This record gives sequence, C-alpha cells and structure tokens, in this order.
Amino acid sequence: MKRAPGRGRSSTVIGLILLAVMLFPVYWTVNASLQPAGNTLHGGWFPAHPDLSGYVTALHDQGGNLVTSLVVSLGSVVLSLGLAAPAAHALAHFPLRGINLVLFGILIAQMVPSIAVANALYGAYQDLGLLDSYAGLVLADSTAGVPFAIIIMRSFMRSIPREIIDAARLDGAGRLRVFRSVVLPMSTNALITAAVFTFLFTWSDFLFALTLTTTDTVRPITLGIYQYLGAHTNQWNAVMATSVMASVPAAVLLVVAQRRVI
Amino acid sequence: MTDPSPVLRKGTGQDDGVASAGHRGAARSRSGERLAQWMFIAPAAAYLLLFFGYPILRNAVMSFQEYTTTTFYTGSAPFVGLRNYSEVLSSDLFSTTVATTVLFTAGSIVGQFALGLAFALFFQRRFPLGGLLRSLLLLPWLLPLVVSGTTWKWMLDPDTGVVNAALRGLHLSSSGVPWLTGPSQALGSVILVNIWVGIPFNTAILYSGLRNIPAHLYEAAELDGAGPVASFRHITWPLLRPQVGVVLVLGVVYTLKVLDIILVVTGGGPANATDTIATQAYALSFQQFEFGRGAALSNVLLVISLTSALVYLRAVQRARNV
Repeated sequence: MKRAPGRGRSSTVIGLILLAVMLFPVYWTVNASLQPAGNTLHGGWFPAHPDLSGYVTALHDQGGNLVTSLVVSLGSVVLSLGLAAPAAHALAHFPLRGINLVLFGILIAQMVPSIAVANALYGAYQDLGLLDSYAGLVLADSTAGVPFAIIIMRSFMRSIPREIIDAARLDGAGRLRVFRSVVLPMSTNALITAAVFTFLFTWSDFLFALTLTTTDTVRPITLGIYQYLGAHTNQWNAVMATSVMASVPAAVLLVVAQRRVI
Repeated sequence: MTDPSPVLRKGTGQDDGVASAGHRGAARSRSGERLAQWMFIAPAAAYLLLFFGYPILRNAVMSFQEYTTTTFYTGSAPFVGLRNYSEVLSSDLFSTTVATTVLFTAGSIVGQFALGLAFALFFQRRFPLGGLLRSLLLLPWLLPLVVSGTTWKWMLDPDTGVVNAALRGLHLSSSGVPWLTGPSQALGSVILVNIWVGIPFNTAILYSGLRNIPAHLYEAAELDGAGPVASFRHITWPLLRPQVGVVLVLGVVYTLKVLDIILVVTGGGPANATDTIATQAYALSFQQFEFGRGAALSNVLLVISLTSALVYLRAVQRARNV
C-alpha cells in the first residue's frame, strides 16, 4: 500500500516517541550504571561524566556469577537440543501411534508452574546430592528449553519434503545417518532459534537458582543481582552495572534476530 | 506404510511355510523399526517424565504429608490426610492471596493486551524505520525478569526514584507516590511492571496475525464505505481471534506463575499486599520450610493453570469443529 510520504514520516516520529517511552527503563539502567557510587539522584538525566567504577565493583563482586550463568546456560543449550532435536525429527517424520499423546504432554508441560517443579525437585536433589551443582541447575533449567525446542524444531522439520528423506533411505542411509546428514543440516535455522531461546531462558532463570542452591558455590547472575539488592542498595551504580551486563545476551539476541532468525 | 490386509495375511499364513517365515520376519523388522523410531523420542520423553511427571506426582503425595525440615534429618514424613489443604485454604492469607492473584492476573492481561494490540495496529502501517522500531520493542520481553524488576524497583523508589522525582518536578505531587510502600500502590506497581514486560509478546503475536489478514478485504470494506472502526469490528477482530486466544491464554498461564518480578520489586509486601499464590507457595516451602503445605498450594496453582489451558483448548477445538 502506498502512503503519502508526509504521513509515513509522522508515523516514524510517533513510533520513535512510543519506543522512547517503552525503552526508557533500559536507558535509565544504563545511565545509572555510569554514575558514581552513591544512593542519590545527583547523577542527572545523562551520564555527562561516565564513571566506570560501578562496572569495576560489579565485575569484582559478580564476575564469577556471570561465568556461572554462562556455563549453566551453555550446558542447558547442549542438553535441550540433544534431547529435543531427535525427538522433533521423530515427531515430524515418523508415522508413530501415540504421537498426539506425546505432543499433548509437551503442551501441558509448558503450563506447569516452575514453583511446583522446584517444590518437588528440592527433596529429590537433596537425596541425590544435586543441590548447589551445575548439573542440577542445567537439568532443572532445561524444563523451559526442552518443550520449547521440540515444538519449534518439529514445526520447522515438518516443512522438509518427505521425498528427500525417503530418497536418502532408499540410498541405504540408516535412520541415524538420515537424521545427522539430511535432517539436521536442513534445520540449521530452527536449531539456532531453539538454541538462542534456550540460552536466554536459562540465563534468565531465577526461581531454580533461588530454590535449588543454598550456598554461593554455584550462583547464577540473576540470584547475584537479587542478593545484591538486599545488601548493596547504597551502590546502585554497581547493581545497575550488573543488570546491564546481565542484559547483554538479550541485546545480542535482538541483533542476531534482526539479521536472520525471526 | 500400512499393515498388509488381513485377507492377505490369512492366505499366506496357512500352508505356505516360506511365506509365513518371511511374514514373521517382516513383522519382526516392523516392530524393530518402530522401536528404532521410538528411540529418537525416548530420551526427551524420559526427561519430560522425570522433570514434569515426577514433580507432579511427588507434589501430589507431599501435599498429604507433614513434610518439613525435620523430614530431611529423620526421613519420616507422616501422612496427615487433608490437613495441609485445610490449613492452607482456611488461612486468612489465602483469600487475600487469591484476590491479589486475580487482580494481578486480570490487570496485567488487560493492560498488556490492550497496549499490545494498539502497538500492533500502529506497526501495521508502513513507515520508515518501522521494522527496526518493532524489533527494538522486543527488548523488555527478552531481558531477564530480575533485571527488569531491579530497574523498576529503583525507578519507583519513593524517595530516590526517577518517577517520583519527575512527578515532583512537574508539581503533580509534592510528597511523591508511595509506589512500593503503599499496599494498593504496590500492587499497581507490580502490575505495571508485568504489563511492561508483556507488551512486546502481545505485540509480536498480534502483529503476525494482522499481517495474515488479506489487504483486499480492507480495500473492499473501504469501497463499501466502512470507516476504520467498522473495518476493525468486522474484519480485523474476527480474523484476529486465533492470535487473541493464544496471547490471552499464554498470558494468563504465564502471569499466574510469575514470581521473579514480585519477589524483586516488592518481596510480596507491604504486609502481603502483593503476595500471589505463586509467591505464597514459594514462601511456605522455601522460607518457612513447610514443604507439605507449599505442595498443597502449588497444586492449587497447577490446577488453575491447567484448567485455564484446557478450557482454551476445548474452545479452539469446538471452534474448529463448527
């Protein structure tokens, strides 16, 4: 549809204003992270004299927690895709009875409140020695990634023409080989989408970190910020600097998504 | 690949030994085939059973037990019948918690849906930078909830926050609004934060629905003299129904289980004013170490979530059958 250029430009102006309002909290976080230490509003509306002491403090206090979050998130991506990719392939291409039941289960799984899962896992983790462990967090955090990744990848894999898979089978390729050499390479975009979101789900997890860790041996960044809030409210610049660093994956995803995924 | 017809099976099975053996081999390879196919699903299915099925069952059992810190030392969790449920459901806190949960959920959903739809309709126009602005709008949804909560907690701080500073600067309020310390204001604040987080998701899904509405319908309506309101009522809204259903149900299910925002922004306070069923279940289990009662409350939450999802699925099915 063609529009008069004048109307298009005024829409752009309105859009910019709406976006400025919506993203003001993000700007305010960045602004605050660049102010000198202190509890007050003296900093003003712009970081006229950017002060990196907030980042220095944040890295000193929370650097290890950022690494923990990175490790747990990457672990969760590997686990989720490892479980979900073959399942998505089977659910998309095999004429199995009972598939609807599996799909229904996956759908229901996404509705289960995490607090219910955490409540039961705490006791089990206590018995198994999985509290305060990387493995325990990776396993629990993947409850968001696995169902999501199966659904995303299955819907994509269904668009792979059956003939390609049948042809590979007729050429004597085994089931695993078809999966590895035909289905997976054709599903790169879906794999990336699933990986990126799974990473983000786990990176953002707060509830499992809060309930399934009791010491600071394995402490993700979200829990770090929460505990910072309780202890360091006189150092808002460090709290905000940590928040900015914890937002980097989301910002990266946005740039990547802009280019290829969505 | 379907089963061979029973007639064929009968005919070959009786007297022809070779064919019979061949058939048995085919049956075996067919079941072997099926097994090989299920092996692709098995790991994920096992994971889902362990991390969703098992917790649901264990919670169901725990909710009938006196399961506290002593359980971890002695290993005994005596069954107490319905006591956990009766204590949780009859406590004074439960009715206010349910009311808070309803207000929090309804307020969040109405706000994020209305604004999300408005944004989606706005971005339906084509204008320079439209696509870029639309994807930047996703940012609040992608940020960790703890980060969003922290940001808003700081902005809404009654003494040092920028919101009250702006209100004072504009002479709209001399003393400032007790965003986090007044009971009703605090509930309003967590709803506001949750709306902010939810708008991008609503916009994205509704926008994709709007894109699928054929443009010629609008052109035809315009030729028939329909104004923007009429074409919204008779074209946009009916054709957007599937996406509306998706965002509303996912919104409800997601809002019911929100803990991060409330714990970070208000901690459930002041005086339980922002405690929902989810935060209360957390407090029972992980602050008071009453895991049995926490399980009972978690189950209440689970039933509410699943019911709303099933009601939706039924509605979708009925709509499809009509």
